[in-house]
Amino acid sequence: MAAALLTGSLAACGNPVADAKTLTYWASNQGSSLEFDKQTLAPVLERFEQQTGIHVKVEVVPWSDLLNRLLAAATSGRGPDVVNIGNTWSASLQATNALISFDAAAFDRIGGRDRFVPAALASAGAPGKAPAAVPLYSLSYALYYNKQMFADAGISKPPATWEELVEVGKRLTNGKQWGLAIEGANLSENAHHAFTFSQQYGGEWFDLSGKPTFDTDQNVKAIKRYIDLMAVDKIVNPSNAEYAKNESLSDFANRKAAMLLWQAAGSAFQAQGMRPEEYGIAHVPFPANPPAGGRKVNSMVAGINIAVFRHSRNLEGAMEFVKFMTSDDEQVALNKVYGSLPSVKGALTNPAFQAPEQKILAEVLASTASPLPQVTTESQFETLVGAVMKEQFANAANNKPITEAAIRAKLKAVEQRMKA
Amino acid sequence: MTAGHPQRRVTPMQSARGSATVPVRRPMHAAPDVRQHRGSAPNAAPRRASTPAQRRRRRLRSKYLPYMLVLPAAFLEIAIHVVPMLVGVWMSLLELTQFHIQDWSTAPFVGFGNYSATLDVNSETGKALLHSFGITVLYTTLSVAISWLFGLSAAVFLQRPFRGRALLRTLFLTPYALPVYAAVITWGFLFQRDTGLVNHVLVDQLGLVDGERPFWLIGENSFWALLVVSVWRTWPFALLCITAGLQNVPTEMYEAAAIDGAGFWRRITSVTLPSLRPINQVLLLVLFLWTFNDFNTPYVLFGGSAPPEADLISIHIYNSSFSTWDFGTGSAMSVALLLFLLLVTAVYLLITNRRRIHA
Repeated sequence: MAAALLTGSLAACGNPVADAKTLTYWASNQGSSLEFDKQTLAPVLERFEQQTGIHVKVEVVPWSDLLNRLLAAATSGRGPDVVNIGNTWSASLQATNALISFDAAAFDRIGGRDRFVPAALASAGAPGKAPAAVPLYSLSYALYYNKQMFADAGISKPPATWEELVEVGKRLTNGKQWGLAIEGANLSENAHHAFTFSQQYGGEWFDLSGKPTFDTDQNVKAIKRYIDLMAVDKIVNPSNAEYAKNESLSDFANRKAAMLLWQAAGSAFQAQGMRPEEYGIAHVPFPANPPAGGRKVNSMVAGINIAVFRHSRNLEGAMEFVKFMTSDDEQVALNKVYGSLPSVKGALTNPAFQAPEQKILAEVLASTASPLPQVTTESQFETLVGAVMKEQFANAANNKPITEAAIRAKLKAVEQRMKA
Repeated sequence: MTAGHPQRRVTPMQSARGSATVPVRRPMHAAPDVRQHRGSAPNAAPRRASTPAQRRRRRLRSKYLPYMLVLPAAFLEIAIHVVPMLVGVWMSLLELTQFHIQDWSTAPFVGFGNYSATLDVNSETGKALLHSFGITVLYTTLSVAISWLFGLSAAVFLQRPFRGRALLRTLFLTPYALPVYAAVITWGFLFQRDTGLVNHVLVDQLGLVDGERPFWLIGENSFWALLVVSVWRTWPFALLCITAGLQNVPTEMYEAAAIDGAGFWRRITSVTLPSLRPINQVLLLVLFLWTFNDFNTPYVLFGGSAPPEADLISIHIYNSSFSTWDFGTGSAMSVALLLFLLLVTAVYLLITNRRRIHA
């Protein structure tokens, strides 16, 4: 491990020293491939160079490497000037103190805090602190459903409650197809649903001081509700328990499942040969009778933030670049290609985001989406709780009973593994 | 040899060639090069008269030359192995989380705090580590044993020439030549429940499984799936080493054994295995260390989050370190693992070497 970290930081030393006329930018992978992203960004960066005379050297970093590369850059103090980060990493990266804080002055520099969508801005760092990044692309969860399958089963409208979802799911499940597709072995995906269900059941994964509160009744019930879609309701193909590489998305696009909970999946469906008119989109359901303390939350605030490294030798240029990337025009241009939503209000009203899918996602973001806990141990939560759920799905798929006691014991065990 | 012609300067090459052409009759067990060294050494020195200063310089040079030659290697060894190892030890003594990653000097020194937290088997962290350790020991033992057995069988099978032997040898070695990632990703596809070839053959074609299709990448079977991939990857190396070792077993020994009436198994146990002893000693150790530390196979096969039944220690440490931003704890686990492997290696070498001396 140490060797890996060290070689990582040594490799980062090889980066050329930035001056006033160049910037290094690490972009995250948003499109179907790294090359696709490079081509999408090329005209944008050219416009920036024409406006400011600053040349941006871009590297699209795959998700599997991005965090390690960011950590190496933070450790060595060398590397890029501007980076994209997954917004759930914001609080953790904020704690490294390697990124510029966006205080009032910094926000003035990029055109003001009020331009940004509030929900997106809430997932850019710990609450009460100046954000460590600003939102760039925004996403939320929605329920995608296959119109033809719904019509064939005589279902006229998408389910609005989990009870309805189970009911229509059973009607949609037959020898050829399943009601719902789930990414059961994907830890992050599991953790996102754990968050949403827990909110709906009135639970929290962390208390206000940032201490983990995993094994509460609400959290146990929330996780059991999600696993039971496979274990008890039998509307999910047991094979989904081993899905971790977007196979559930393929199952939906290839008509093996009638429903899917996903973030901005439209462009991915298109790539797999499913046309936009074939599927409908609706809000993620709520419980019919919300438990005491249950919140009206049906999605995390998903998205990508853009951040500036403190060690940058061209801070002026870096801030200029952030301002440019979050400008209304570029927000429209980039989010249109990626199928995500702009993080600034000015671009949201653009006709490009009035398609049914984007309208629903924007509604969710504006009303019922909530940021994942902005605590430094968030990634630990995703890894540990996501793995507990993966194990429960594996049990369900192998016809082992899923009990509250078992879930509680597992959650208790992983909570003790969290470092305070 | 050169004593008769003091004027002629003899290069080592010539002298070597000369000695090869001279028909020397000596018993086979005598070491051939001992006498030669003794014979040539006194001749080399008085060949040229030299001043004391030159002599001193030469002595100085010859004194330091070996060290100079070793210096680059030593430097690289220190830079590539020792320094990162020491950095790892240092990290394991710190509370190195994201708060301190930018400036390590601010990380609080916790001494053996990380160790006591991770190695305390009563804590959940310790329990998880111990579970992972147990899985890894079982996995390594089985994988090394099966790989070695496969390698030995194939090597013995390929020992005698026959038509197509070269082809078979190449075929057997392909898993070793394939890039790890490509190979393991392919295995991942083969093991998928609905669309994988493994289930297609087992369930659809052979009808060996009653009822539901089994899972291979989650649940109890994941351990066996991992073991299969590991053996598939490892045994060609065992084959390679044992084949090389077999080249050195003189055929006379087999002939003698055959004349004495030894059957196939007797020849294996009395000629092949004893002759392979030095090879096996190294091979088993190397296989053990590689398999115990194997990260790529489980990481690629399970996508970074191994099921508990196949939670190998390398993946476990990765998840306790990189994905949770807790590098101090991860380093403590790594150092503990390093010490364990050192201990195993030392004990292994001690036992095998002592046995060889006694034998």
